[in-house]
Amino acid sequence: MSEHSGVSKQIVRPYGDTTGDGMVQVSFTLPVSHDKRAEGAAVQLANKMGVDPAMVVHAKPMGDGFTFFVVYGRVNHLVDLNVVQVVERDFALLSAKDVNTVIKQRLRRKLSVVGACIGTDAHTVGIDAILNVKGIAGEKGLEYYRELKVTNMGAQVSVPELVETARAERADAVLVSQVVTQRDAHLHNTREMSAAFREAMPAGRRPLLIVGGPRFDETMTDELGVDRIFGRGTTPGEVASYLVHALITQRKAMA
Amino acid sequence: MTGKLDLDPVLVARARELARRAGQPVVDLARSHTTVSVERAVLRLAGVSGADPDGIPWVNRLVDAVAADVGLGHGVAVPVFDALVGEGSTDVTLLAQKAAAGSVRFTQPTGRAATAARSAARKAVGAGIRRIDRRRAERDRLVKRHGDPAQRPWIYLIVATGDIYEDIPQAQAAARAGADVIAVIRSTGQSLLDYVPEGATREGFAGTYATQENFRLMRAALDESSKEVGRYVRLTNYASGLCMPEMATLAGLERLDMMLNDSMYGILFRDINPVRTFVDQRFSRQVHARAGIIINTGEDNYLTTADAVDEAHTVTVSQLLNEFFAHEAGLADWQLGLGHAFEINPEVPESFRLELAHALLARELFPDAPLKWMPPTKHMTGDVFRGNLLDGFFNLAGALTGQGILLVGMMTEAVVTPWLSDRDIAVQNVRYVLGAAGGLHEDFVPAPGGFIRRRANQVLGEALDLLERIGEQTLLTAIAEGTFGIMKRPADRGKGLAGVAAHEADYCNPATDILEAAA
Repeated sequence: MSEHSGVSKQIVRPYGDTTGDGMVQVSFTLPVSHDKRAEGAAVQLANKMGVDPAMVVHAKPMGDGFTFFVVYGRVNHLVDLNVVQVVERDFALLSAKDVNTVIKQRLRRKLSVVGACIGTDAHTVGIDAILNVKGIAGEKGLEYYRELKVTNMGAQVSVPELVETARAERADAVLVSQVVTQRDAHLHNTREMSAAFREAMPAGRRPLLIVGGPRFDETMTDELGVDRIFGRGTTPGEVASYLVHALITQRKAMA
Repeated sequence: MTGKLDLDPVLVARARELARRAGQPVVDLARSHTTVSVERAVLRLAGVSGADPDGIPWVNRLVDAVAADVGLGHGVAVPVFDALVGEGSTDVTLLAQKAAAGSVRFTQPTGRAATAARSAARKAVGAGIRRIDRRRAERDRLVKRHGDPAQRPWIYLIVATGDIYEDIPQAQAAARAGADVIAVIRSTGQSLLDYVPEGATREGFAGTYATQENFRLMRAALDESSKEVGRYVRLTNYASGLCMPEMATLAGLERLDMMLNDSMYGILFRDINPVRTFVDQRFSRQVHARAGIIINTGEDNYLTTADAVDEAHTVTVSQLLNEFFAHEAGLADWQLGLGHAFEINPEVPESFRLELAHALLARELFPDAPLKWMPPTKHMTGDVFRGNLLDGFFNLAGALTGQGILLVGMMTEAVVTPWLSDRDIAVQNVRYVLGAAGGLHEDFVPAPGGFIRRRANQVLGEALDLLERIGEQTLLTAIAEGTFGIMKRPADRGKGLAGVAAHEADYCNPATDILEAAA
C-alpha cells in the first residue's frame, strides 16, 4: 500500500485522448438480424454497461440472425485505485526457461515428477494436458521442460503401484488427476492416496502430493492430506511454477 | 522445379534419397508387424459394428478374444472367419458378441480349413473396401456437380464445441461465410483412447469425439451446405493416436475428405510407441490412398515447441519423410497436404522475409502437393488487434507462395475458443487478402542472390545435414535420441506397445492384400 493511503483519493477514468474523457471501445455480437432496431439494441446494452452517450460505429450482419457491433462512448463509472483488491498467487509464475534455470542451478539434478489417474478413473485428459508435450491452451506440458523428469503412468493406476513408482523414480512430486466425481470418488481416492504415502514414507522423504481436477475445492488440502489442489483451468506452467516454488525456492528460504 | 529459388536439383534428389534411406527400415518394420488397431480396422471393414453396453466396441472385444486364444501374430481375420464358418454363420458382429461372452474359442486353422477361412475373410473385407470405393466415386460425382472452390488456397476452418449437434450449425454457418474445408477438432485426449467411441456425442473436452456416427451426421450436413453454396465443402478429422487405422477406415466409409495423419506426431507429442505408430500409420495411409482422402501432416507442431528459425530445417526433413512414407503407402502427390507454419517470432528482424523463404522452399520442393499452411499461434499474445495484423501477413504469405490449404488464423488464439464474431473477422481478413492479392504468386519471384533465395538454400542445406546424420543411424534411433522436437522416444517405450505383434509366418490381412494388389 502506498504511503499516501487514507490521505488522497486516487480516482481515474478511462483515457481516450483527453484526461478524464472516460472514452472506451467495446465490441460484441447480439443474436438479432441487422436493422435499425438491432443498432438501437446495441446502444441500449452499451448504456446499461455505463457507456453514455454510446456511438455505434460499426454494425455488420454475420450469418443468419446475428449482428456484430463496435461501440465507442463515454463510460460514467469511476475507478478508485485505493480500494483495488488483488488476490496474489502465493508463488511466482515462471516461464519454462526460468523453471529450467532454477532447477538446474539450485537443485543441480532433474526434478522427478510422477503422474497418474488413480482408482477406476479412466479420464487421462487432465493429467495428459498437464504432462504431455502437447499441453493445453497453447502451453506445453511438463514433459517439455528439460529439467523435469516426467513419468506418466496413465489411467486406472492403483495406489500401491503409484507409491512403488514414486519410490523407484525418486519422485520429488506426485501428481494425481481425478475427473470422475460419482459418489465423491475423487475425494475417497485422494485420501487413500495420501494415507498410503504417509504410511510408506517418513515425513521428510515424502514427495510433494498434488491433486487436480475440475471438481476439487482448492481449500481442502488439509482435509485430503495433500500439499496442493489445482482446480479447473490450471495450466502446466502454473504447476511447474508451483513445483519450483514448493520444492526449491520456498524450501531454501526456510532452511 | 519451377525454379523460383534456384535450388540445386542434385541436392534435392539427394535429400529425397536420404529420406528414403532413413524411412525404408521403418517401412520394413511396419510390413512385418501388426497392431490391435490394424486388426480392428480389418474387422470394421468386414462389417463388425456397434459396442457393448459399456461402450466398448465389438471390434475391441473380438480382437481381445482372438489375441487371448491364439495371439495377434497370425492376424485375426483367419481365426475369426474360421470360427464363423464353424458356426455356419456370416454375422461377424454376432460372433463378436458371443466371443465377448466367452462362448467361442478361436484356433489358427491349417490346410483346407485355413483356405476356407481366408477366402471367407477376403470376401467380407472386400465388401468393406468396395463400400469405400463407392464413397470415393460419390465424392467425385458431388465435386463435379457442385464444383471445387473458385480460389486456391482452400479456406480451412475449425469447429469444436464438444457437441456434434452444436457443431453442425456452426460448420454450416462457416461454409456460408466462405469456408471450403471444415475440421472438427477432437476431444482432448481421444488420441490416447485405445478404442473408437460409438454414436452421436454431445460432450467433449475442448473438442468433439470422433465417432462414425458423428462423421456421418457432419458429412450429411455439409452435403446440404455444398448444395446451398454451390461448391463441394470438404470435411476433415484426425487419423492420429492409438486408433489411426480405424479412424482412416471410418473416414473412408463415411466419405471424409481430409484426415490429419502425421508420421511422427503421436510419437513425439503424445508419447505413443514408435513401432505402434509406424505400423498403424502405414495401414491408415493405404486406406487414405484408396479412399481418395487428402492427408494433412503435422510439421507445424515442431515449430510450436522449437524455435521457428533455428529448427526450420526439421520441418523440411519431416516433410521429406512424410512424403516418402506416403508414396510408399500408395498416396499420390495431390493427396499430400504437407504441413508448415507461420511461427517465427515477429520481433525477429526480417521475420516476414524468413517466413516467405520457408514457405516458398516447401512450395518448390513439393510442387504437386497441396501444402497445408498453418497460422501463427505461438506468438499470439491476447492483443487481438496485433493478432489480426499478424494473421493478415500470414494470409499474404500464403497468397505469395501459392499454398494449397490455408487454415484460418484467429486473432483470439490463446484467448478463447473462437467466437462467432472472431471467425467472421478472420474469414474477412482471408477474403480481403485473397481478393486483393490472390494471384500475386505469379509475380513473386525473389531476386537472384537475395535474402529469400539465400535463406531457402541455407535451410535446405541444414535439412540435408540432418538427413545425413539420421542416415548414419536409423530413424528409430534418431527418434530415440531426441532429434525431432526435443523429445527422446525409445522404440521399446511409450503407449500402445502392448498392442503390437510381429507377424507369424502365416500372417493374413485381407485388407492389406487387397490394398497392395491395387497399388
